[in-house]
Parts: sequence; structure tokens; C-alpha cells
Amino acid sequence: MHTETVHITPYRTHAWVLITLLALTFVTITVTWIDLSALTVAIALLIASVKAYIVLTYFMHLKFESSLFRVFVIMVLAIYVLVILFTLSDYLFR
Amino acid sequence: MEHRDDIGAKLGMWVFIFTEILLFGGLFLVYAIMRSSYSVEFHQAAHHLNAFIGSINTVVLLLSSATVAMSITAVQKGNNKLAVILLFITLLCAAVFMVNKYFEWGHKIHIGLYPGSDLMLTLSHGQVMFFSLYYFMTGLHMFHLVVGGIILTIVMVKVHRGTINPGRYVLLENGGLYWHLVDLIWIFLFPLLYLIT
Repeated sequence: MHTETVHITPYRTHAWVLITLLALTFVTITVTWIDLSALTVAIALLIASVKAYIVLTYFMHLKFESSLFRVFVIMVLAIYVLVILFTLSDYLFR
Repeated sequence: MEHRDDIGAKLGMWVFIFTEILLFGGLFLVYAIMRSSYSVEFHQAAHHLNAFIGSINTVVLLLSSATVAMSITAVQKGNNKLAVILLFITLLCAAVFMVNKYFEWGHKIHIGLYPGSDLMLTLSHGQVMFFSLYYFMTGLHMFHLVVGGIILTIVMVKVHRGTINPGRYVLLENGGLYWHLVDLIWIFLFPLLYLIT
């Protein structure tokens, strides 16, 4: 019988993750007050992606799961990026 | 000896999450294309959205995600009582989110901004597109929030009864994963719908 080592994330880590996410939310909101036209969307999406990465890594515990989970997530995101690229290339260059 | 496979259970949950990502992913793709076709109309229409309520709801959802994550730590440490309190805070956050949404949608419906309304017929095609996507995407998200709330209520009862305990808590983990997905979707919905004015 094998015993698996269970990773217990400390409360403190979750608290810091929450603070980081709230800070990033604040940044997203303040950035929209400054008019950067086309850049605004890019920055908003960049910050949202960073937040998503943090949620996936810590809250969704991917950092401490077997690497199989990470490989799956990366593959699904890659498929989604391909779908976006194919669709946009059709729309933008037809 | 009881046979169970916690990693398998989690992997199954992730496969389900992938289908959800692709479901919302399709909608985000529609949003991207419509926005590139009607950028001016999207800007005008987004002025009707209440960025303040949107911001409050973002904070509420992030907080609720953190408390779910902490409840797993609590169960792992054998502190079921604290886990129940943390899950209750999560459900409270979900309720606050719903109440905010009620006022937000209620106000829009009151002034006649809803799919198929007389006012909507007078708007340009791009603005109608924006409001349709707004109602559909936030509506579908809200549906997920309600389902997540039901799942976490069941999980909370099981934690209280001790059927979820330090030796067996994969249901709490999977419920948590679903809740984080709801959070994840909102992380993208919020800036794309509320902050594009």
C-alpha cells in the first residue's frame, strides 16, 4: 500500500493570492480611466490572463497536481488559441 | 478495503471544465469578432453598464474563491467547523453577487433595455449585438453560479456531517474547482463587458 503525500496549501498563501488578485483588479479598473485607446483592451486582457494564471495555479491547485493535469490544460488552451487564430484569419483576410 | 480513485475523479472534473472553457471560449470568440466589426457601437452600448456594480461583483467573487480554497486547507487539517464557516461565506458572496445582478438587470429591463424590447429595436445592429452578448454571457455565467451554489451547499452539509473529512475530501476539491471556473470566466467577462467605455 502506498501513501501519497498530500500538499496542504497554507491559509497564508491563499490570503496572499487573494490580495494579489484584488490588486490586479484595481489596476485593471484604474487603467481604463486613462485613455490608451487600442492599448486599453490589450492591457485589460493581459491582466485578466495573469489573474487566470494565478487562479489556475494556486486556487485550482495545478501547481501541486501531477504534471498530467498541466499538460491537459495547456493542450486545451492550445486548441482554443488555434480556433481563435483560424477564425480571425478568416475574418480579417477574406 | 474501499476502492476509490481521487486523481481519476479530479481528472474527470477537469475534462468537464475543459468543455466549459470551450463553451465560453466560443462566446468570447463571437464577442471578439463582433467587437472588431462594431467597435464604436460596443463603446457606446457599454456606457449603459454599471462598472461600479461590476467591480463590486468582481471583488465578491474573488473573495468567495479564496474562502473555498481555504476550506480545503481547513478540512485537510481536520478543522471541519472552520471549513463550514468558510463555505458559508462563499455562499453568502454568491448571494451578494446575485442580488447585485438582480438590481443591475432590473434597472436595464426597467428602462427598456432587454432583447426584443421596443427601445432595442431603435438601436443600431452593433449595440443590439452588444446587449445580446451581455445578457447571454452574464446570464449563462449566472446560471453556473447558481449550480455552483447548489453544489457547494451539498458539500457544506457533507463537511458538517463529517462525510467529507481529512481522509476523503475529493468532492470538496471538485466543487471548489467548479467554483473557481465560475470565477475564472468572470475574470474575463468583467473587463471585456464593463470596462470598454
